[in-house]
Amino acid sequence: MTVNDIIEILDATPIAGKDRLDNEVKTACGSDMMSDVLAFAKTQCVLLTGLCNPQVIRTAEMMDIVAIIFVRGKTPDETMIKMADEMELPILTTNHRMFSSCGLLYEHGLTGGIIDG
Amino acid sequence: MAELMELNYTVSNEDFTRAGEASSDVKKKLKQLGVSPEAIRKVAIALYEGEINMIIHAYGGKIKVTISEEAITLILADKGPGIADVEKAMQAGYSTAPDKVRSLGFGAGMGLPNMKKNSDSMEIQTELGVGTTVTMVINI
Repeated sequence: MTVNDIIEILDATPIAGKDRLDNEVKTACGSDMMSDVLAFAKTQCVLLTGLCNPQVIRTAEMMDIVAIIFVRGKTPDETMIKMADEMELPILTTNHRMFSSCGLLYEHGLTGGIIDG
Repeated sequence: MAELMELNYTVSNEDFTRAGEASSDVKKKLKQLGVSPEAIRKVAIALYEGEINMIIHAYGGKIKVTISEEAITLILADKGPGIADVEKAMQAGYSTAPDKVRSLGFGAGMGLPNMKKNSDSMEIQTELGVGTTVTMVINI
């Protein structure tokens, strides 16, 4: 699955990192708690979150997240968009809620990866 | 062990939105040096968690990163309140972070355990009212 496929599945709007929408996505992680993302996210993972602050972008940078999907119509501010553009990190926003967003992606074959530990 | 590079940063607690700038810079420099993606990921996670901790609990502090051919050493030193019970602080899920921090997406009690998980060795020196120094080594 690519970021472009996710845009279609979630009826999402890309708002940053638009040159990287053909990036390959292997797994997904849904959380509003960045502490958990830092502890559990896998490689080539997209992050679904309803938390909208610059630390979400930083967390994604540290974890090599492929794209951030803001759920419930959350929209990042100028600072966050600029940060993401500099990192060439795609940001999408969807009006779907967290549960539905995860469900729709799962239905299309995306999983959370293997549980370790 | 020949030292290739030393990087120093001051972490300010004034602006939480700037947390992670040091980690971001270290990550970029390691990439330029051609360090393996696995080692970079470990350093990035461990250092970012440490940086966040310094801001949440210790009014900022200083970070020293030493890069040699064999390992990357991260030293995070603060003059914060110190850790009252290190053993408890190392338990996953144990947190003393205020609710305000949790509303920003941190303070789940995963920081120190995650720092340990991502480093090959970790040592905590702490004294109440004096400060805390965390030293982490990641082999490359």
